[in-house]
Amino acid sequence: MKNELLKSFLLSVVLLGLFAFGYPFLIKGVAMLGTSHNGEGEVIKVNDQVVGYELIGQRFTSDRYFNSRPGGYDAAGTGGSNKGPMDPDYLETVQTRIDSILAQNPDITKEDIPTDMVTASGSDLDRHFSPQAAYMQIPRISKVRDISEDRLRELVNNHVEGPLLGFLGPNERVHVLRLNIALDELDNQ
Amino acid sequence: MDTQLIGIGFIYLLTILLAIPLGKYIARVYRGEHTMLDPALNPVEKLVYKICRITPGREMNWKQHLGALLTINMMWFVWGMVLLVTQKGWFWNPAEIANMSPDLAFNTVISFVVNCNLQHYSGESSLTYWSQLGFITFMQFVSAGTGMAACAVIFRAIKTKQSEKLGNFYRLFVRSCVHILLPLAIVVGSLLALNGSPVTWEGYDTITTLEGHQQTVAKGPAAAEIAIKQLGTNGGGFFGANSSVPFENPNYITNIAETMSLILIPMGMVFAFGYYTEKRKLAWIFFAVMTVGYLALTTLAVYGEMEGNPAIAQMGVSQELGSMEGTETRFGPAASALWATATTSTSNGSVNSMHDSLMPLGGMATLTGMFINANYGGVGVGFINFYVFVIVAIFIAGLMVGRTPEFLGKKVEAKEMKIATIVVLLHPAVILVGTAISAWLITHNPDWGWLNNAGFHGFSEMLYEFSSATANNGSGFEGLGDNTPWWNIATGVALLLGRYVPIIGPIAIAGLLANKQFIPETAGTLKADTATFGVVLFAVIVVIAALAFLPALVLGPIGEYFMLY
Repeated sequence: MKNELLKSFLLSVVLLGLFAFGYPFLIKGVAMLGTSHNGEGEVIKVNDQVVGYELIGQRFTSDRYFNSRPGGYDAAGTGGSNKGPMDPDYLETVQTRIDSILAQNPDITKEDIPTDMVTASGSDLDRHFSPQAAYMQIPRISKVRDISEDRLRELVNNHVEGPLLGFLGPNERVHVLRLNIALDELDNQ
Repeated sequence: MDTQLIGIGFIYLLTILLAIPLGKYIARVYRGEHTMLDPALNPVEKLVYKICRITPGREMNWKQHLGALLTINMMWFVWGMVLLVTQKGWFWNPAEIANMSPDLAFNTVISFVVNCNLQHYSGESSLTYWSQLGFITFMQFVSAGTGMAACAVIFRAIKTKQSEKLGNFYRLFVRSCVHILLPLAIVVGSLLALNGSPVTWEGYDTITTLEGHQQTVAKGPAAAEIAIKQLGTNGGGFFGANSSVPFENPNYITNIAETMSLILIPMGMVFAFGYYTEKRKLAWIFFAVMTVGYLALTTLAVYGEMEGNPAIAQMGVSQELGSMEGTETRFGPAASALWATATTSTSNGSVNSMHDSLMPLGGMATLTGMFINANYGGVGVGFINFYVFVIVAIFIAGLMVGRTPEFLGKKVEAKEMKIATIVVLLHPAVILVGTAISAWLITHNPDWGWLNNAGFHGFSEMLYEFSSATANNGSGFEGLGDNTPWWNIATGVALLLGRYVPIIGPIAIAGLLANKQFIPETAGTLKADTATFGVVLFAVIVVIAALAFLPALVLGPIGEYFMLY
């Protein structure tokens, strides 16, 4: 028995070294060789200023920008609403979101709102929304920024990402932060 | 055709294509035959034996196997408790995370030792990087290795003609970790790192967003942990929201790799059984039975998610995109549903969408996956659970045709059947009794406020939690306020029962059978490797899962379904 205990102990220590040090350091090595950001997470810069992480979504709520999906975008406390599909409080929240979208965008009707704009993502950090989510905000942004709707539509269309290799996965989506950076650039021209 | 559906079909078929050669490889590893990776991995394996004074050739009987397995598991339990309640003072704690409370640490440690990875905490705010690597990642390797070693003992017992000797536990365990889990983890971990998943020991980063908000971004050595979390049917994520978090699962490519990792080894173990015991036809029958069950559940879930939420449709918002609450745009509802059934059928428990927000059909499919817990199942333990269903089915089929029940030349008798019955019935007993007590407690103490949802869905939250703990799954209807003494301790007990009884029982059965006299096959033998037996086996699984759990499902997702539609 004592012998088994000693074996178990030694085996645990050796494997701890292998899996808690050796293996993660190896993956770190891969990240340092194979990525530009050394495994620190890729950042997006505007005029040499970091404005965000490539992978992490941001909250946009002002009239000047394409608004992102609902949520707090807390990147140090991730999580979804965890509400079931017919919870009364949840459905009230959805109704409030519909109402506030319509108030913010008086030129559109309920039928123009895609469902991703009235529901929250699982991580609370979704960096994408659907193209429809961008289209429905064009009339408002056009007025605020004084850019023609056609030019905004073209801008959005240029930012639509398709499925992987053209045939795998969800149809179309737009990277919200990149779209808004391009919107600022278009405005500055 | 819808690219979302093509995407999930692609993921599933590619996994089968890889699982077959992997099964062959696993069988060679356990038989000790030469493999391609030997030149790189054999030196590591030999070094481990040398330092630990292990004689890999020393044969053990089934009791010695269990003794070694339980001893080393106990050691990990002590290590986990010590580390988590003192984690603040150790190294690699740039975010200055505090020590864990003892009841939460108890639950967490058990949950990782038993390969469940139920998480009543949120990784980015409750664990230091040293805890993440020195306990979580470490356990994700070794607890998976434990399950695989136990399964290899059963392979050996099935193959053996008549003997007590069933190989060496340490050898099977070390080979599972070093020859199977490690190389796969290096491949998947590298892929994640190359796609932007962080590997860093730096603390939180605070940035100013384009619109001018402050955003604090949690990082860490995530890519390494995520790979083994997916592969070893562990499921405990680095960040709170698991693989829905972009740093854990950056894009559709990584989502393909992570979804495949969920079911790759569990599927591979079935084929490994076929190669190891030279019963390849029987392995295919098993695989077919599992696949029919798995695809039925997946179809339900995918259909439910892609249809969207009728309650939101009623408000006038189109559900063309499907159900998007708790769903990431880059994965979409179909890939989220595929993941949801894969993770619950395999006892993995990682998520890429919030299961609490699944539509009722998805909720029912995920719950049923955990009730059965053997549609591919956890690494090693999935096959072990399935083995118990096989024993029961053999017995019933034998009674039906009036023959002595025999499995592969060994008589199944009263002693084995008693053990199998206990194992099979324990699962529903723990889940249903636990849920019933919880429901009683919350209705009498509504101010305890666990439930995040009203009505049927609230009941589902509790049912899901106990199913997840007992099936050693680890996912949750995370709305449940589960970091309370009742949930930490009750699910802790469920975790222990749900792990060790289904390992000890089947190893005992296999050990007892192995030591029986081998009866050569005659015209009167009930053949297991036939489609007819496959149908009986499937029926046994459906009857056990459906009859025991149907009333609970009616109070949960089925009730919700009829309210909603």
